[in-house]
Amino acid sequence: MTKPVSEQSEHLPQGWEMVIGLEVHAELATESKMFSPAKNEFGAAPNTNVHPVCLGLPGTLPVVNRKAVEYSIRIGLALGCEIGRCVWSRKNYFYPDMPKDYQISQYDLPLNGEGELELPSGLTIGIERAHMEEDTGKSTHVGESGRIHDAGYSLVDYNRSGVPLIEIVSKPDLRSPAQAKEYVEELRSVLVAVGASDGKMEEGSMRVDANVSVRPLGSDELRTRCEIKNVNSLRSLTRAIEYEAKRHVDLYDAEERPVQETRHWDEEAGRTRPGRSKENAEDYRYFPDPDLVPLEPSAEWIEEIRASLPALPKQRRESLMALGASALSAGVITQRDLDTLALETVELGADAAKVLKHCENNLADEQASQLDAPRFAALVKMESAGELTATQAKTVLAEMLESDKSPADIAAEHGFEAMDTSELEGLVSKVIEESPGEWQRFCEGDASVRGKLQGFFVGQIMKATQGKADGKAINKILAEKASS
Amino acid sequence: MSDNNNSLTTEDVRKVADLAMLNLTDEQVEQYTPQLGSILSLVAEMDSVDIEGYEPTHHPHGLVNVYRDDVIEAADVTESVMASAPDTENNQYKVPPALGEEQ
Repeated sequence: MTKPVSEQSEHLPQGWEMVIGLEVHAELATESKMFSPAKNEFGAAPNTNVHPVCLGLPGTLPVVNRKAVEYSIRIGLALGCEIGRCVWSRKNYFYPDMPKDYQISQYDLPLNGEGELELPSGLTIGIERAHMEEDTGKSTHVGESGRIHDAGYSLVDYNRSGVPLIEIVSKPDLRSPAQAKEYVEELRSVLVAVGASDGKMEEGSMRVDANVSVRPLGSDELRTRCEIKNVNSLRSLTRAIEYEAKRHVDLYDAEERPVQETRHWDEEAGRTRPGRSKENAEDYRYFPDPDLVPLEPSAEWIEEIRASLPALPKQRRESLMALGASALSAGVITQRDLDTLALETVELGADAAKVLKHCENNLADEQASQLDAPRFAALVKMESAGELTATQAKTVLAEMLESDKSPADIAAEHGFEAMDTSELEGLVSKVIEESPGEWQRFCEGDASVRGKLQGFFVGQIMKATQGKADGKAINKILAEKASS
Repeated sequence: MSDNNNSLTTEDVRKVADLAMLNLTDEQVEQYTPQLGSILSLVAEMDSVDIEGYEPTHHPHGLVNVYRDDVIEAADVTESVMASAPDTENNQYKVPPALGEEQ
């Protein structure tokens, strides 16, 4: 576990580092809404999934959805948060997508307190809190230019109003756009793994706000930050952070200072713009919601939920690393959901290194999840036994995704068979004779010349054999001939 | 804490009114400032009570953990709520342009 350290930003002038904290909102995968029995569903016709409670009609009272609390506890446990008594608070502000004129949230006593998230790269990012709240409705601005500031009027759909949300607030531990992206990807994997959210950024069920500031490299001060909203993809997130940090450095260079405010990312223009001036926390006039009583999840309930948690991405990566995978390839394979396949295939006696290599390099296809361990193991065993070269195995594997045929049948259809060593040696000699100049340079050159020419010879031989030769075997023969 | 009456200014009242979207006349601000100030001084008086060892009260009932099951109940109210809205378009509420931030 590595705590964040000072890091010169590659995007900023010498002597500056970025300080980034993220607020991730995720809609919970419940059937019904947070406080009302209306359906929680994306993409329904406007104002069809509504109920008097989520429309904020007078005389209605909210009642907490137990499943939403369970999902939030699952997330809290996965992030190692302290889970305890929590209190619902009203966050007061006026906006048409908030029919009650307050959002029910958690303020001084959130369900999930401090925790942490370990990233695939080994960096550990602190979690400040993960509290529950309700989503707002959705307003669409209709105007001649379609731009928000010239809007003729707005249309409001309350289908999303009252959908259960968790807001996960990180500590300002991130130092680069790349780390921010890695954090969001890992957090998304965790939310999906525990079944609490579908984590779809493109449908808005996962939304990210970035708090960005800069400081002199090595300092531990926290300077004025700006909160960047409207980042709807990971690409926008990294671009917005980079832009905003540069903007801060430019201001300091001009002996000015950034103002603490909310800014909006404009994807098309590639810049952030000021939004509504940041309200102070006091301005939301939070107070405990008298309509809702506190929650005190019992230790028994929490333990029951803990026992039902599946393996988390981190544990899944670790089981691949136990087979010899690097942290990076374990991350790639887990991301593709191929870790169970890999483990089962190795369990069946297939060579772990070859299995991992195929999962990382040759199974990027979405259909890879349909591959079954017995056929995969049969292929890898043929490869290990020298019946297929690495190149041939790759070809066979690609076809295995298209059909139910066994690797042996596919190999036979292609006429793949192990090339006899003496046959291969003959071919190598022939190619060497045809390229005496290259051969001389191969024998006398340094490592880099040798590497390039090795590629040349392997290419020639592969061409002559239509890719049937084993690259490793060729390299071995070349090395033997050069040293003899 | 007797000077607490004076700690609330007309500016504070204007700011609170603004946050609550209330349009107050100058006379009303003058009228409410001492009234709200006297409420604050009552709270300040309570602040002087020694509450060492007492847990904060978040709800007067003392109840906790009131839940409902995650079950959908269709209210089927679209038509009736739309009918009561001042203006609609395509089953959406039509409202004056919302400027600033889309939340």
